[in-house]
Amino acid sequence: MIAKPAQRLTLFLLLAPAILWLGLLIVLPHVEILVLSFSERVAPRVYAFGVGNYLEFFTEPLYWRTFARTAFMSILVTALTLVLAFPIALYIARVAQGRLKAMLLLLCLLPFWVSELVRTLGWMILLRETGVVSYVLRSIGLSSQPVELLYNDGAVILGLVYGGLLFMIVPLANALESLEPAVVEAGYDLGGSRWTVLRRIVIPHAMPGIVAGCIIVFMLTVGNFATPVLLGGKNGLWFTEQIYAQFITRFNWPQGAAFGMLLLLLSSAIVWLGLRLTGQSLGTTLKQA
Amino acid sequence: MTLCIGSVMASSTDLDIVNVTKRFGAHAAVDDVSFSVAPGEFFSILGPSGCGKTTLMRMIAGFEHPTSGDIRIRGKSMIGVPANRRPVNMVFQSLALFPMMSVGENVAYGLTCRGVSRAEAEERAGRMLERVGLKGFGERRVTALSGGQRQRVAIARCLVLEPTLVLLDEPLGALDLKLREHMKIELKQLQGTFNTTFAYITHDQSEALVMSDRIAVMNQGRFEQVGSPRELYHNPATPFVASFVGETNRLQGEAAPASNGAIAVRLPSGTIVQGQGSAAAKAALAFVRPEAVALAQDPSSLGNLPNRFEGRVSAVLFDGAASSLLIDTTGFEQPVRAVLPQVGPLAGIQVGAPVHVGWTADAMKVFAT
Repeated sequence: MIAKPAQRLTLFLLLAPAILWLGLLIVLPHVEILVLSFSERVAPRVYAFGVGNYLEFFTEPLYWRTFARTAFMSILVTALTLVLAFPIALYIARVAQGRLKAMLLLLCLLPFWVSELVRTLGWMILLRETGVVSYVLRSIGLSSQPVELLYNDGAVILGLVYGGLLFMIVPLANALESLEPAVVEAGYDLGGSRWTVLRRIVIPHAMPGIVAGCIIVFMLTVGNFATPVLLGGKNGLWFTEQIYAQFITRFNWPQGAAFGMLLLLLSSAIVWLGLRLTGQSLGTTLKQA
Repeated sequence: MTLCIGSVMASSTDLDIVNVTKRFGAHAAVDDVSFSVAPGEFFSILGPSGCGKTTLMRMIAGFEHPTSGDIRIRGKSMIGVPANRRPVNMVFQSLALFPMMSVGENVAYGLTCRGVSRAEAEERAGRMLERVGLKGFGERRVTALSGGQRQRVAIARCLVLEPTLVLLDEPLGALDLKLREHMKIELKQLQGTFNTTFAYITHDQSEALVMSDRIAVMNQGRFEQVGSPRELYHNPATPFVASFVGETNRLQGEAAPASNGAIAVRLPSGTIVQGQGSAAAKAALAFVRPEAVALAQDPSSLGNLPNRFEGRVSAVLFDGAASSLLIDTTGFEQPVRAVLPQVGPLAGIQVGAPVHVGWTADAMKVFAT
């Protein structure tokens, strides 16, 4: 079928903002970074094509260990977020009614009205040596001296789970809401225990929502910068910090670009693996998100 | 409510509902209902929507708890027994098949919940599917089945567990008319072959009449009458049953005793009709079935009937064997409904044609209101 020229022009004009946005802000910078990552400095201000930046990653243990640590911690954060968010989403989707439901979702959303930086600083106020939690522990006699709760993996995980919770709850609640109450009742009626009904009916039904939430939370966590830096301090060791250091501190843009590409590869690979393992397709997952 | 009574009942009934009441706030959804269902019986609860029949069924299944009263299955009280431990399985209105499982897994689900091994559960599910005429459907997705096939899966899923009682919550409601007529017969036959006790709830009187051994007519949380389909149809105990079960002509008036043991009802227009029933000199309701109304072109052939009137055909409702006429009759506020004969001189009657109607006093049931 051949469209009339006027129709084609309309279609083109309608698509133009999206194409420009994709092209200028996403595709172009990534192509630039990809090209940059393959250039090596051979002399001051002289660059040549080469894979040195990638080799550097594998030869320097700090880099690939930080990389592996980031991947592992992100998966852990995603799993913890899922476990925490599931009962909340189940409550919002299946128990709460009308105004209560809207209010609960609003409560989840409320923290996101302030910037991530401010939220993280809030955690610092709570967790630092002279902070609220330390003070309370001392005043009820559980500790004799100030307790430092910041600058460890626990604090980083706490901050990241907190930041990811909403993005897990919303797709989960969406998926759970579409489960017909009679199907759950039938599950009990035919002799299923709570656990059987959850395992064989509720979770399989919510699978697209689970996968969608996990992908979003994983992506947000892997690419997070402020939370690991502020709550983890020197012990944060997040891969985004390495990228930041290469671009800003060391001014080694090609190295930073190579790290950026590796991070993109990592998150894509893990998402692909996750989809394969759960037998979900990207299409059904995106519908839930 | 002693143990002794319970054990006596255990030998003869599958289900006993004893003075069950369910209140939601001040409103009694089910109000002091008692009945028993014998083994192998097809028992229906028939009532308009909102009469409490769904609440009653959900209490038997264990999804709601009675405010007072007892529910016994084979003599054992079910109070405090959770839904997943009752020997009762339910076919839901929406069928509620598990869309995340195949047909075979749907049927095997209940068995695996009981700890039957996977292989045995699959084998028994396969045999059950064969018995309901779905051999070889085990691997299919439930979404790939037709309405009637889904129905049979929902029933197979219950029957494979060999429950004491199968509850059916208007399972035919979502089907189109043709399939519904077919499934009525099929359900009845399935119940016969498995010889399982069925408790069926519906608002469709035809479903209840066709399939049931006994029917309870329910209205506003109470049972109006319990009896066989024939009893309900021919000897309704209350005006509600008379108007709810089957087609009928409803006449309102004042009753007065008449000669020869009948009751005369004076309609607002002054016309008097004669019927049988409870004698009360006050407001009365009289009912006569369309098939009891005799039609004639010549009044002499209705000569011996106590109720004889003249009228004019106002509408012909042709529906094959269930065709009827609406006849504007002098002295009646509503047109009288009569069965249209398919043969004879009246078969081709047209709107506007004059006609004579008549019925016996026995065919007319009179109730005090």
